[in-house]
Amino acid sequence: MVHLKVNGAPQSFDGDPDMPLLWYLRDILGLTGTKFGCGMALCGACTVLDSGKAIRSCSTKMSAVDGRDITTIEGISPHGPHVVQKAWAEVNVPQCGYCQPGQIMQTISLLTSTPHPTDDDIDEQMAGNICRCGTYQRIRAAIHQAAKETA
Amino acid sequence: MITQTEIGQEINVERATVERALLPATRRHFLQGIFSASAFVLCTRVLPRPLHAAALSTTTELVPSIDSAPFHPGVYLGIQSDGTVLIVAHRSEMGNGVRTSLPRILADELDADWSRVQIIQADGDEKFGGQDTDGSHSVRDFFDPLREAGATARLMLIRAAAQQWGIPESQCAADPVHFVTDKNSTRKLGYGELAAAAAKLPVPKKEELKFKSPQDWRYIGKPAPGYDVSAVCSGKPLFGMDVRVDGMLYAAVAHPPVLGGKVKSVDDSAALKVKGVSKTIPIVPFTAPHAFQPLGGVAVIADNTWSAFKGRKALKIDWDNGPHAVYNSDQYKKQLRETSRQPGKVVTTVGDVDAQFAKGGVVLEADYYAPHLAHASMEPPVAVADVKANKVTVWSPTQDPVTVRTEVAKALGVTKEDVVCHVTFLGGAFGRKSKPDFAVEAALLSKQTGKPVKVVWSREDDIQFDYYHAVAAMYIKAALDDRGQPTAWLQRSTFPPIESTFVKDATYGSDGEMGLGWTAIPFDVPHFRSENGPAVAHVRIGWLRSVANIYHAFAVQSFANELAYRAQRDPGEYLIGLIGPARHIEAGKDPETAEKYPYDTARLRHVAELAMEKAGWGKKRSGKGWGQGIAVHRSFLTYVATVVEVEVDGSGAVTIPRVITALDAGIVANPEMVRQQFEGAAVFGASLARTGEITATNGVIDQSNFHDYQLSRMDTAPKHVEVHIVESTAPPAGAGEPGVPPFAPALCNAIYAATGKRVRDLPLTRNGLS
Repeated sequence: MVHLKVNGAPQSFDGDPDMPLLWYLRDILGLTGTKFGCGMALCGACTVLDSGKAIRSCSTKMSAVDGRDITTIEGISPHGPHVVQKAWAEVNVPQCGYCQPGQIMQTISLLTSTPHPTDDDIDEQMAGNICRCGTYQRIRAAIHQAAKETA
Repeated sequence: MITQTEIGQEINVERATVERALLPATRRHFLQGIFSASAFVLCTRVLPRPLHAAALSTTTELVPSIDSAPFHPGVYLGIQSDGTVLIVAHRSEMGNGVRTSLPRILADELDADWSRVQIIQADGDEKFGGQDTDGSHSVRDFFDPLREAGATARLMLIRAAAQQWGIPESQCAADPVHFVTDKNSTRKLGYGELAAAAAKLPVPKKEELKFKSPQDWRYIGKPAPGYDVSAVCSGKPLFGMDVRVDGMLYAAVAHPPVLGGKVKSVDDSAALKVKGVSKTIPIVPFTAPHAFQPLGGVAVIADNTWSAFKGRKALKIDWDNGPHAVYNSDQYKKQLRETSRQPGKVVTTVGDVDAQFAKGGVVLEADYYAPHLAHASMEPPVAVADVKANKVTVWSPTQDPVTVRTEVAKALGVTKEDVVCHVTFLGGAFGRKSKPDFAVEAALLSKQTGKPVKVVWSREDDIQFDYYHAVAAMYIKAALDDRGQPTAWLQRSTFPPIESTFVKDATYGSDGEMGLGWTAIPFDVPHFRSENGPAVAHVRIGWLRSVANIYHAFAVQSFANELAYRAQRDPGEYLIGLIGPARHIEAGKDPETAEKYPYDTARLRHVAELAMEKAGWGKKRSGKGWGQGIAVHRSFLTYVATVVEVEVDGSGAVTIPRVITALDAGIVANPEMVRQQFEGAAVFGASLARTGEITATNGVIDQSNFHDYQLSRMDTAPKHVEVHIVESTAPPAGAGEPGVPPFAPALCNAIYAATGKRVRDLPLTRNGLS
């Protein structure tokens, strides 16, 4: 039996311990904000926070999250939009929007470790998140904007 | 039993779909019916229905329907008693911004308050006119109809107020928004208050409508952010991948590794032992031509996605690979090259190219090559279907919901009227989600299991079983005068055509594909011939964002650049000289399009000059690892010029600090959306030019996920993309696709300027560059 917290609520799971956290969140808990993109930690669409740090839920087995504290896009800011979400809206970042929850989760993790990232920091930390629509320059602008807001 | 005629008709319908996707579309005559009097059913109750766009069984959120609004003059809008204006988005949202741009056109002419507008996503239904969101024609085709819908409703609201006040209609105005006011007093009535009375009035004729002058537009031409931004950024269940229906099963399909392959034998014993897997179901392979039919194979049914994937992995299948196992990309490339060096089917002839070549003198020739590409939208193909007593409900991220209905009906032996298609948000599409094979899989499996079934394609499925963008070989030859100007130009293009998807053994490109940058070139060359060579398709061929323009623009714009260097001229100035004097050129076979959207070389020249000016063209000397390149191309009736700046280091690593694009798309509904499309197109172009390549070995696709089919990322994408939109009063053209074609040639021309290395075969990784 795996015990974990998801968005602050305690959960337990006694299914296949090899099941990736992604499918537990999406199919079992119904938290579909975390997206499936590649299943191999290559695109970042499935990014969630493990005690505040970005991880790829598609390649994290349930057996590895026992005792962990997981936050998904649904849980980052229960009362009104998060500063990163606000920045995303102000810059009008999304096109199709499918990758954006993952981009936002990665950004929250980035801003926690590096509150004032340079373009190089952003390149390094965000390179694992693919946006096929090509919103990268707006994501970069929104990250700078969110960093300014949090300052 | 299907008769020969019926089969022929089906093919014609499908071909029409393709041609619609490819040809510069004319305004289609669907207006009959959308403002019929029968639409005026006064409903006094507002009947909410479940939110099917998200389709969460657990949701309590309800959306109203247009038909249940008290006032709904036509199919695109309804006004509720509280003044909420419901506007139907009948086209698919896949990042193209249609859920914002189209409703704002209607809202403008209605003088509605945008903050009181609610967007309702339409199901697949012919009553809306074309829903196939393809070919960059959403605004182009619906600009006039949506203005008409808005103006019709506004006039009826004004008439309702005039009647109530007992004053002439001319004394009333919709001013400023959402109210009708009496010009001679301070009294006013809200749209909600007028809805019931307006609904009782006859629908005015088109001649009675008063359209706003462009200077009075409040939304058209003004930048506005996406309607759905906050929903998208909160992770709301909007996409096909997010659909959950009570009692739903999950399925993964083991597809034949080679097109047309069949199962010889299957051992599913290990698969059935996987926890959560309930059964396996064979899917019958398609009958050629494959069109939109499923590929066939074996489906694994489970109670969650992961178990379905794991079960599929445990299947032991012996495949009969069939005739396409001969497909090897390197050998195929040689064949295409050889074909392109032989005389082909003539597409266009102007003057006498052969006579010019026979005169001797300086001749330049070059071969270009561009490989297959996969769409690789971030959301892989996915669909949910629920078949109950021969009534089918499908939820799908689809670009073409009516075709989903047609294809599902055909596969299940029911009528189209038995099939409902709810359109979800699309997590990217780029042409892939016009083809509903995956929705048909879901429907077949739901019928067999008697439960709703969600078919989820993995990334490997997506990349290995795509409808690929065609591989193409191009050959161009020009005779040059003593100033280095071409006097004769011969071009030949060879690629497996899209038609091969719909017509067995088709080998030649259609008029549609030829019209995408090959029928004509915008250059002042007296003798011109364009040809097309045959190629057999060994994979499913489909259309991908900007389609044949990708390889055609790459060849033509690279060759023009080669001519410039040959003439020892500045490539920007040379290109402008090549475009030559202002004139209209023959570019297509559709007279209506030619009349409304003539190919005007002055507009092309203008965007070229604008892009060069904004880029500071020629101010810094190219060479020593830094360079600028330019390319121009008109596609989907939009004129585009792109300047790319590159830095290339000693190891061949390419970075793209800046891209400057200028475009003339006629009247632009929402400049913010157009800007996004062109920013994205530069990134899409960079992906395909640098690393985009799908290859096959013995008929099996070599690539499978983002490690070997690489896309631009934050650190490799163009750093800064600048978009300059020409103000225009010309009719709206297209925005989703035209940014893509000029990017690859502009990049390769920049690389030549920086290094002297000419890229004739895409992608860059085939040229010692990265």
